[in-house]
Amino acid sequence: MFAYIVRRMLQSVIVLLVVGLVAFSMFRFVGDPIDNMLGQERTQADIDRLRTELGLDQPIPVQYYKFLKEAVQGNFGVSYRQGRPVSTIIAERAPATLELAFVSGFLAITMGIALGVFTAIRRQGVAANIIMTVSLIGVSLPTFLIGILLIYIFSVELDLLPSFGRGETVMIGNWSTGFLTTSGLKALILPAITLGLYQMTLIMRLVRSEMLEVLRADYVRFARARGLSDRVINFRHALKNTMVPVITITGLQLGSIIAFAIITETVFQWPGVGLLFINAIQFVDIPVMAAYLMLISVMFVTINLIVDLLYYAIDPRLRVDARAT
Amino acid sequence: MTDTIETPSAPTKSRFSKFWDSDFAWSFRHSPVAMIASLVVLILVLSAIFAPLIAPYNPFDPASLNLMNGFTPPGTPNAFTQDTFLLGTDDQGRDVFSTILYGMRISLFVGVSAVLLAMIIGIVLGLAAAYFGGWIETLIMRVADVQLTFPAILVAMLIFGIAKGVTPPEYRNEMAIYVLIIAIALSDWVQFARVVRGAALVEKNKEYVQAARLIGRGSFPIMFRHILPNVLSPVLVIATISLALAIIAEATLSFLGVGAPPTQPSLGTLIRIGQGFLFSGEWWILFFPACTLLALALSVNLLGDWLRDALNPKLR
Repeated sequence: MFAYIVRRMLQSVIVLLVVGLVAFSMFRFVGDPIDNMLGQERTQADIDRLRTELGLDQPIPVQYYKFLKEAVQGNFGVSYRQGRPVSTIIAERAPATLELAFVSGFLAITMGIALGVFTAIRRQGVAANIIMTVSLIGVSLPTFLIGILLIYIFSVELDLLPSFGRGETVMIGNWSTGFLTTSGLKALILPAITLGLYQMTLIMRLVRSEMLEVLRADYVRFARARGLSDRVINFRHALKNTMVPVITITGLQLGSIIAFAIITETVFQWPGVGLLFINAIQFVDIPVMAAYLMLISVMFVTINLIVDLLYYAIDPRLRVDARAT
Repeated sequence: MTDTIETPSAPTKSRFSKFWDSDFAWSFRHSPVAMIASLVVLILVLSAIFAPLIAPYNPFDPASLNLMNGFTPPGTPNAFTQDTFLLGTDDQGRDVFSTILYGMRISLFVGVSAVLLAMIIGIVLGLAAAYFGGWIETLIMRVADVQLTFPAILVAMLIFGIAKGVTPPEYRNEMAIYVLIIAIALSDWVQFARVVRGAALVEKNKEYVQAARLIGRGSFPIMFRHILPNVLSPVLVIATISLALAIIAEATLSFLGVGAPPTQPSLGTLIRIGQGFLFSGEWWILFFPACTLLALALSVNLLGDWLRDALNPKLR
């Protein structure tokens, strides 16, 4: 067990070091940092001074080590476009993305499980069949088209909800929240649905197929023979046993919610980290791109590690495998 | 199924009728979904290839544009010029029908090239991993594992961003399409490599490979002439499904503004342009490109689903 954890963590560290190397190479080799920082009227003396100041005259491995040291402390340099430290910009934008991701993740999990259980129990029902068909269409629609469709229905035609931005936000310390104002909450609805829909259909289909399998198991039949009510059987016995795969898949999906937030944030002009990243790509703002890359890799690697360890803790068969290899 | 029983006249039969009687064609003829999907794909692909012949206007020729024609609704004559456009015009008076045809050309070109490139990379690396084993296999499959932990669209965006930084600004618009192809291909090769490796590991130990090795054939002829043909059918399935994903990925990237430039608009770029006119009521600028994209992606996807079932020996 211990050896497995250590090996798995070592792997994660290696992945992060490699990603760090990519981010570092972007800094060092994509465009000349000196070119980007000094204006047109520069002298050779200026260039040399800045080169020493930035440590660009040192060997590459030393530079890489310094870059990593700075990155661990959250220092990614200054944005070429905005002229402010990248860490400040990201800290400003992070609450918007995290609130959006949290709400759509919550939506996806609760609705996904509820609809999955419903479609499994009422397998032959008309409503369940309609839900399944709609979910198929939902999977094949690209995210940005879902967003545009929702904007068209609820903003253009019905004029009920705002089509862009976060509405009014309230500052709590350094955290700007949209949860406390009506316009903030209204602005959250459409982006949250857009972002959560794909994950919801995924969780729903997973819960449904797991439920159908469990409902056929002997212990459920036995519970029925004992005369337990349907509700107790469905929720206390069956649903509980479908949760293991659902939890792991949901954990892995958390990462893709953050990634797909880029698309949703662009459609709704949501002032989050994803929109920042897209703008950074358009304007080749390397420090922002590198910081985003590092940040998201730390997140993905951590989530993967936790899910793997959870798997290991939950499923005893894996322990045997790990020892064998 | 039953159609494969060889008749005595088999040698005289044409190649086409042999194909027509095969299991594969039989399953195609008995699947209405596959037939409709392939018909839609065929129509869309043909109209994309022959776009210059079909399109009533050339949307990239400034001489044929008339700004007075801007925002003409579909099917009704323009108030000033009395010109009629089948699917209306956009803000600059470009015929939406023509821009869709040309846009589909770019979408399909990017999608097909990206999948082909991903397929080549995946096959070469997958075969090498399976055949040589050892540290080559470990290295390739580790890289694949790491890449799989990140969503493909994110990887493509990053590659696009880096490539954009490397290319000099004056070439960026011209290179954008090729950068896009490479970005999507590099985000998609892992699947091919995994499947090829899995299938090749099984083939590698079969007698024909050992025989080929015994008579002294080299590694590369064995890999590409002997093993490769036997692992191609799963690759074909993945290629079709990847094509649908690549078309959607291209549209998403272009929609986000990190793909095809406005001078060479793909379907995604057209949707991006059309989104700006949603509130002012010019729905057709957005609606028709979006429908075309959906029809294309959905029918390629359905075709891929059918192909997976048809080529799966377990389901026969």
